[in-house]
Amino acid sequence: MTVSPGHFMLARVDDVARWAQSSSVWPLTMGLACCAIEMMSVTSAEYDIARLGSEVFRSSPRQADLMIVSGRVAQKMGPVVKRLYDQMADPKWVISMGACASSGGVFDNYAVIQGIDTIVPVDVYVPGCPPTPDGLLYAVNLIQQQIREGGRGGIVASA
Amino acid sequence: MTFSSVLPAPDVVSQSGNTMVLSMGPQHPSTHGVLQLVLEIESENVVKVDPEIGYLHTGIEKSCEGLFWTQAQTLVERMDYLAPSSNALCYALVVEKLLGITDRIPERAQIIRVLQMELTRIASHCVWLGTHGIDLGAISVFFYCFDLRENILDLQEAAGGARMHPNYIRVGGLNGDLPDGYLAKLDALIEKFPGRMRELRGLLQANPIFQDRTIDVGILSPEEALAWSVTGPALRASGIAYDVRKAFPYSGYETYDFDVPTRIEGDAYARFLVRLDEMDQAMRIIEQCRKRLDAPGPVVIDDPKVALPPKETIALSMEALIHHFKLISEGFRVPPGDVYQAVEGPRGELGYYIVSDGENRPYRVRTRPPSLYNLQALKGIGPGNLIADLVVMIGSLDPVFGEVDR
Repeated sequence: MTVSPGHFMLARVDDVARWAQSSSVWPLTMGLACCAIEMMSVTSAEYDIARLGSEVFRSSPRQADLMIVSGRVAQKMGPVVKRLYDQMADPKWVISMGACASSGGVFDNYAVIQGIDTIVPVDVYVPGCPPTPDGLLYAVNLIQQQIREGGRGGIVASA
Repeated sequence: MTFSSVLPAPDVVSQSGNTMVLSMGPQHPSTHGVLQLVLEIESENVVKVDPEIGYLHTGIEKSCEGLFWTQAQTLVERMDYLAPSSNALCYALVVEKLLGITDRIPERAQIIRVLQMELTRIASHCVWLGTHGIDLGAISVFFYCFDLRENILDLQEAAGGARMHPNYIRVGGLNGDLPDGYLAKLDALIEKFPGRMRELRGLLQANPIFQDRTIDVGILSPEEALAWSVTGPALRASGIAYDVRKAFPYSGYETYDFDVPTRIEGDAYARFLVRLDEMDQAMRIIEQCRKRLDAPGPVVIDDPKVALPPKETIALSMEALIHHFKLISEGFRVPPGDVYQAVEGPRGELGYYIVSDGENRPYRVRTRPPSLYNLQALKGIGPGNLIADLVVMIGSLDPVFGEVDR
């Protein structure tokens, strides 16, 4: 197929909407611990998350689509994470970044919540301590894939 | 788990007289982590600052008590996650002192330890400078800083196997010698560094916007700094040239030639300049390390009671196999006693006070995290300024909440 100026393309509204939505997943600026530094690396020139359209880190949960739980969640921080998740507008996604957020990691003790899936629903888990930025990029890719396939939370998800 | 068992998030806004109580954080782009500041404000002016910490309390000190001496090292690296090697070195130094093997650490291991310390200092200052820049609206600084940091993380990954928590420095020496090709990468970094520093200085040092935001902001007098137990670049920017590397040398720092940069102004701009000068000095030490690294040598103590015997001897020697098995399955025992040892981390005096009761696990691991003490100074320097200036002050004190809350 050759496409040149003046031609038309036909597509289903669902597909266009999902394509647009999946290319602008804006994360929430919420750094917790070590993983937050790798989350910052993802925006740097070397990894450049802007290629996926997710470089716009929003400081307000009202404007964010994606919550990256980057690090260990202490008992004191748990309610805050939950509140931030509740404040985000639907549709929203959650990446559990690293061993601590996913399962408590090496900190099997009184202070750390043993997996944030006890507080908020998680879409993608990223292994590692901390995960490499490539790992986080792949997780964002998976979220995009989920949206394009009309999974949970898609604009026109048919459940 | 239900939330009835944990504290509710604090009430964010309340009113008393003409002032208003405002909560800043724990999710705030400029608090550098999970710091909550409970501010009493009168319009834009801050009347009182009350840092509320503990949102990252991880129970690391307690968890260490349940682990072998070598295993605990994994956890301490996760305290100050911008400078894992500093934590690892300090912990190793304390355990070595308790074991009485401080004098027997091989020369090459000492050099590589110093090299790791200084690399980690530059990497940490890169994150500080990048985020400090973002706080003030200077986005591009961040990209230059993280590019430099990426080179250092590559070196750490080559040496220890992980980008951020390499666990490379061990009790008795190192995890292994530097891999092939490491020194060539190091040479490339040494060559790249001066140009990159010129660019970083060019972006900010004479930048009128940056100067307007930082000069005469958050002035910390020498007396106040001492009263709050501030250490590191924040103390040196107030005119006191205290550096653990000079005052109580360790790992052979007395044999390196370097200066301790100081300023007398004590404001955020002075702290910025001191840290930049420190990066230059760190590179000076790295260059000296590089010259000494040409001579090969052992990198771990020759003592099978503490360090694992070389892997290739295990199949040949029964004794080596037994030592290997014992060290892995029950660790080594440390004579009873207690030791405090400090190192100069990127943020200041990082100390470990460790008590041993003769078992194969520490009895108590107490950390002196520089960030916690530096952060306290915010209570003193914060009031009387604008909220926007508070952001500059937090950035210039460079706290890391992994070690504040532990």
